[in-house]
Amino acid sequence: MLESNDWLRELPPATRLILQGAPDAFTAAARAWSPGFSATACRATGSGGRNSLWLGPDEYLLMAPANADYSDLQAALHDVPHSLVDVSHRQVGLEVSGAHCAERLSGGCPLDLDLSRFPIGMCTRTVLAKADVVLWRTRSDAFHLEVWRSFVDYTTQLLLEIARC
Amino acid sequence: MLIIDCPYCGKRPEIEFSYGGQAHIARPVQPADYDDEQWTGFLYMRSNERGMRAERWRHVRGCGRFFNALRDTTTDQFHGSYKVGEPRP
Repeated sequence: MLESNDWLRELPPATRLILQGAPDAFTAAARAWSPGFSATACRATGSGGRNSLWLGPDEYLLMAPANADYSDLQAALHDVPHSLVDVSHRQVGLEVSGAHCAERLSGGCPLDLDLSRFPIGMCTRTVLAKADVVLWRTRSDAFHLEVWRSFVDYTTQLLLEIARC
Repeated sequence: MLIIDCPYCGKRPEIEFSYGGQAHIARPVQPADYDDEQWTGFLYMRSNERGMRAERWRHVRGCGRFFNALRDTTTDQFHGSYKVGEPRP
C-alpha cells in the first residue's frame, strides 16, 4: 500500500470494462452508456461519474464508480457482435498531481506531456519505463494512471525515485 | 529514438511499436494447391531490399493496431504510414 503523499495517491476501487467491437457496437452501447464514445483518437469523454477512454479505433476503456451496475449496457449490446470484459480488478488507478506532475511522469514516459501536446481529456496507452500504463490527463496539473495490479509497486516506487532525483 | 507515425494515434516514439516483417504478403487462398517450393516462398522468402521498403508495424503499447509503414533501410528514415488494406502509396 502506498504511503500517503501529496502528489501520488492510489485511487479508490472502480468498475472497469473493456469494450471492443465494430462501429455499430459503439452506436448500440452509446444508448446505454451516457458519456458516449469519442470519435477522436486518444480522447476521453465523461458524464455522471462514468467515463469512456479511447484506447484504439475499436477498443474503449469504460470506467464507473465501484460495483456499478452495467446490465443496461449488456442489454443494449445483446444483439450486436462485441466483446465486453470486466477488468475492474486487473488494474489500479493512480493519480499523479501537482505542479511537477508532467515532469515526474516524463522521467519514465517517452511522450511529450506538455499541456499543448497532451491537453486535458487526452488519454492513451503508453509505457512508463518497463510498465504498460493508460495515461489520462484529468486536469492541467493531474494525470490519472491505470496500471496493471502487479506493476503498481514497480510504478509507484519508480515515480517516488524519480521525484527524489 | 525513431518517431513513427501511427495512422490512428499520430507520431509516437519507437519504443511503443513492434516490428512485423515485410508488408503485403498475402496468404494463399488455397494453400493445399501450393507445392513445397511455393509454400517455402510464402513462408520464408523475403525481398530484403536495400532502400524503400513496406513493412508491417504494430502499435502494441498504444492503440494495438497493425499498420504498414514505408522505411528506407539504408537511412532508417520513415516515409509515411498507411492502414492495413490500403495500397502502398
